Amino acid sequence: MNPDLRRERAAASFNPELLTHILDGSAENTRRRREIENLILQDPDFQHEDLNFLTRSQRYEVAVRKSANMVKKMREFGIADPDEIMWFKKLHLVNFVEPVSLNYSMFIPTLLNQGTTAQQEKWLHSSKGLQIIGTYAQTEMGHGTHLRGLETTATYDPETQEFILNTPTVTSIKWWPGGLGKTSNHAIVLAQLITRGKCYGLHAFIVPIREIGTHKPLPGITVGDIGPKFGYDEMDNGYLKMDSYRIPRENMLMKYAQVKPDGTYVKPVSNKLTYGTMVFVRSFLVGEAARSLSKACTIAIRYSAVRHQSEIKPGESEPQILDFQTQQYKLFPLLATAYAFQFVGAYIKETYLRINEGIGQGDLSELPELHALTAGLKAFTTWTSSAAIEACRMACGGHGYSHCSGLPNIYVTFTPACTFEGENTVMMLQTARFLLKSYDQVHSGKLVCGMVSYLNDLPSQRIQPQQVAVWPTVVDINSPDSLTEAYKLRAARLVAIAAKNLQTEVVHRKSKEVAWNLTSVDLVRASEAHCHYVVVKLFTEKLLKIQDKSVQAVLRNLCLLYSLYGISQNAGDFLQGSIMTESQITQVNQRIKELLTAIRPEAVALVDAFDFQDVTLGSVLGRYDGNVYENLFEWAKKSPLNKTEVHESYYKHLKPLQSKL
Amino acid sequence: MGSPVHRVSMGDTWSRQVHPDIESERYKQSFDVERLTNILDGGAQNTALRRKVGTYLPGLETEATYDAATQEFVVHSPTMTATKWWPGDLGQSATHALVQAQLICSGARQGMHAFIVPIRSLQDHSPLPGITVGNIGPKMDLNHIDNGFLRLDHVRVPRENMLSRFAQVLPDGTYIKLGTAQSNYLSMVVMRVEMLSDVICTLQKACVIAIRYSVIRRQSRLRPSEPEAKILDHQTQQQKLLPQLATAYAFHFLARSLLEFFHRSHDAILDRDFSLLPELHALGAGTKAMVSDFCTHGAELCRRACGGHGYSKLSGLPSLVTKVTASCTFEGENTVLYLQVARFLVKSYQQAQASSGPTSQRSLPQSVAYLTAPYLAKCPAQRAADFLHPELYTKAWAHVAARLTKDSVHHIQILMRSGADEHEAWNRTTVIHLQAAKAHCYYVAVKSFTEALEKLESEPAVQQALKRLCDLYALHGILTNAGDFLHDGFLSGAQIDMARTAYLDLLLLVRKDAILLTDAFDFTDQSLNSALGCYDGNVYERLFHWAQESPSNTQGNPAYEKYIRPLLQSWKSKL
Repeated sequence: MNPDLRRERAAASFNPELLTHILDGSAENTRRRREIENLILQDPDFQHEDLNFLTRSQRYEVAVRKSANMVKKMREFGIADPDEIMWFKKLHLVNFVEPVSLNYSMFIPTLLNQGTTAQQEKWLHSSKGLQIIGTYAQTEMGHGTHLRGLETTATYDPETQEFILNTPTVTSIKWWPGGLGKTSNHAIVLAQLITRGKCYGLHAFIVPIREIGTHKPLPGITVGDIGPKFGYDEMDNGYLKMDSYRIPRENMLMKYAQVKPDGTYVKPVSNKLTYGTMVFVRSFLVGEAARSLSKACTIAIRYSAVRHQSEIKPGESEPQILDFQTQQYKLFPLLATAYAFQFVGAYIKETYLRINEGIGQGDLSELPELHALTAGLKAFTTWTSSAAIEACRMACGGHGYSHCSGLPNIYVTFTPACTFEGENTVMMLQTARFLLKSYDQVHSGKLVCGMVSYLNDLPSQRIQPQQVAVWPTVVDINSPDSLTEAYKLRAARLVAIAAKNLQTEVVHRKSKEVAWNLTSVDLVRASEAHCHYVVVKLFTEKLLKIQDKSVQAVLRNLCLLYSLYGISQNAGDFLQGSIMTESQITQVNQRIKELLTAIRPEAVALVDAFDFQDVTLGSVLGRYDGNVYENLFEWAKKSPLNKTEVHESYYKHLKPLQSKL
Repeated sequence: MGSPVHRVSMGDTWSRQVHPDIESERYKQSFDVERLTNILDGGAQNTALRRKVGTYLPGLETEATYDAATQEFVVHSPTMTATKWWPGDLGQSATHALVQAQLICSGARQGMHAFIVPIRSLQDHSPLPGITVGNIGPKMDLNHIDNGFLRLDHVRVPRENMLSRFAQVLPDGTYIKLGTAQSNYLSMVVMRVEMLSDVICTLQKACVIAIRYSVIRRQSRLRPSEPEAKILDHQTQQQKLLPQLATAYAFHFLARSLLEFFHRSHDAILDRDFSLLPELHALGAGTKAMVSDFCTHGAELCRRACGGHGYSKLSGLPSLVTKVTASCTFEGENTVLYLQVARFLVKSYQQAQASSGPTSQRSLPQSVAYLTAPYLAKCPAQRAADFLHPELYTKAWAHVAARLTKDSVHHIQILMRSGADEHEAWNRTTVIHLQAAKAHCYYVAVKSFTEALEKLESEPAVQQALKRLCDLYALHGILTNAGDFLHDGFLSGAQIDMARTAYLDLLLLVRKDAILLTDAFDFTDQSLNSALGCYDGNVYERLFHWAQESPSNTQGNPAYEKYIRPLLQSWKSKL
């Protein structure tokens, strides 16, 4: 092992293994996760080539092979629990995206949620075993997050009892669904239902797209791959065009809404339930944000402990770059963020499971808040993590730009989370809608509960921003509780300002929609402040649940750093709201520097606790043993360009030039 | 209206029509786009012509030891970390490399010097003895550039191969210095100035693509009775894109003024007058750091503002992002460069303090003269409109940059008084130095933009459109750094609110000119290479056509035959 890393590990004040148990939820979870990981690491069938040296077509092929392999192996190993499936896939695919993933994440769940018993009997079994490979086709070329704008039509023909599917315009071509281009043979298509001359809005239809046996597109179907992307090389995101394509009436998913054989439309009882899948996917993305950022931090921090550069004092040897204050200032707040998001992710998952149980028993009361919270936190955590992963990459200097670092791949694989499953700005505005609704409710004299209950403390006379100055400024910058309080005041103030500005615009513009648009910058700010408060609050609450004193002490420092760094970066909000004074901000900046020094000796142990296998990190810079340079050289030698000492292009283009001289 | 013929793509027989949504944006011209293009090019004749046609030097370990017996340098990489890594074209193409190495002669290390080292045979292109050379493997982008590694094992080059404009080694090994040590850095400054225009170009292209797409893409209704609105009419979309457009313009004028300064000082340096070099070095370093930083973030922001389609390479945006982001770490890592600017600020301030008196302001270099300007405790703005005065916001930026520089000096002094030595004190205060350097660079950009505006008196329509961008650029910076302006009470909370009001109003005004302002960059469709950003706005047709031409659609699917079919059949046989 690299001597720098050995020293770092010996110097830590806590046992990272204990922290790993906390991150996994329990020691037993850690044990089982490692057991599954070892199954894969020791199985010769799962050895794979370095994806960086493959073309897109080769990467797709390897991913399909792995998917096929995986279906067999999971059955063999008896892995069925959703978490275990995730661990298995994470390590098995090792930074590959899975072309058949939508079959499991969207096709089957939608069939289960919206299909009748008969429909489930017909399609569920064969799709679980990949006889049917399904995908979910919602997004169109010209329409995404705003679902009502989708143009694809499904017109009912009572004569033949069939639906006729059409793609009437270029903008209505289905675009982006994963696995649609080359892999899937069925798709759940979302289309505007038209029966008896009337449009009833979006409904889901099961559409066969490729012939079983030949895999050729069926007549009336145009299907293909949408071309190269930023990342997701292995994924055949596809397009789908349908020309008067007919499917039987039974292919409409009819658990809720129905079309009778004669074309009569029967309305669903409640449509709130369709929220469920969306909320689940978004809450999962919060966890993904934490995992991706944790990986990036692991790589950047280990590398910074190995890399030496410049000199702090003339004549002394080059220090580890992690000893530079600027490097600590770049990385440690991101490490603190990774931990914060880990705990938020765990909280959201638990809450989803708890509320989902209630929904099963018909209790929908907590759904609106959960919906608003996951929308905002999805946007907040994916935006933050995207920027943070890039910052980790740049903190590795030039080598971060090479695929050997693994960081470019982590970034391009993660960043679409900012735009898919609900574009982030739209998500923030959904959260804002809930915040303003709660605010109005408080004003009409009703108390609100949950994460927004701080709005109850906003007496009406304090809504004028200038009077907010009377709020007491007793922030203790060494107390996580007190800092949570400060974030709460900031959120309350920004919600109040957004509400007031909206009201002013409504009076001037006479149209609610126009007023909403002209206040949307304020509304997004308010949502961001709300989410920031929730993250600080959850991190602070987590500290109380930690038994081991040494682990608690180091997490407390991270929690303080996360909170204080956010204040320093948004000092304007805290100063303008008179939540903190100028001299307190100066103290905050001073305290941040002290915390950097305090966290410095723990940094490597803190990333070790994330417990990523080297193969999962896919990074020469982030290796556990720290032997970066030797392996960097070995890695580069594998580059296809190095297969010959003299490349063929030399003979073709350069040699003729030189002979003319 | 200037002829757009040179901008549109050829050969798309299905796109003769300009999309009505983008045509309507060009219908009302508040200024002449062609005139603005000429201004950007520096004159109509230039427009016509255009249409025709590892950072820390002392730490590098490679050594060049002079051998007086043979009059040769022995160039050698002593350790694994001394392996040259990254140079472009090195892996497979180059026959010679300019190697920066530690010169050892007359028994002493003389610092970094440049040596021309032949690396491949001119006969058969094979690596020469003692040379290990190859490609460093795949990267985020720039894969057409053959970045290489190079290890030198006691390679001998003639004495004449050391570049000797500013230092020489005589045949007997005597070392002679001509000029200052800093002159060795001159080639780095040249590189930094030269790379600026490429970097700025990527942000300009990203803005063109994202803004054109944003008038074609429609989403959600703003009024119930109307069709779905262009996404550029959403305030949140304006707030994402228009400050980037303003930044792209600000950087254009910043780069131009830096170039002018560079030419002035370069002539002096060639005459061995090095007095302007420290300022040039600081301006070059700071501008490179700020421009690459903001262009990278801006291009990525534009990419994300195009939603899912921004993730497709057919948008052209991913390749802009991956190209520009490399500029943050090459030719000087940005944090290192900002800290060099900070050193210059601290030195200048201390120098002004030492020679306090009426002459001090004259003795400071022009770009930092504000450090000794009369102290202004409070901003005089009384209403939102006051924030539209260039003098007011330029002074506000100068105030913050000066305050942060003074804080830097103050913090160093406190630490030194409590016993820390100079170097330790510096490392323990670098976070604040970074802040000061960044504020200084922003100030320089605002100032160069306002100076460029003053020269446009004869073009009132263009001047008005550009002034709004300048206002937007300055205010965007103030609002995103509000804490720095509130900190010492220079701006009050009420003034921040005024600035925000002025800023939101500006968004609406710039919105109206947005398409014209992007057209004025005068990129051809070929150079944008984007299905979303084409001049005619036929986004969706182009996206569909280009996707169908992708190799994944024109070549077969071997993975089906190999893996999918057997999987399906294995199930059938079991059933």
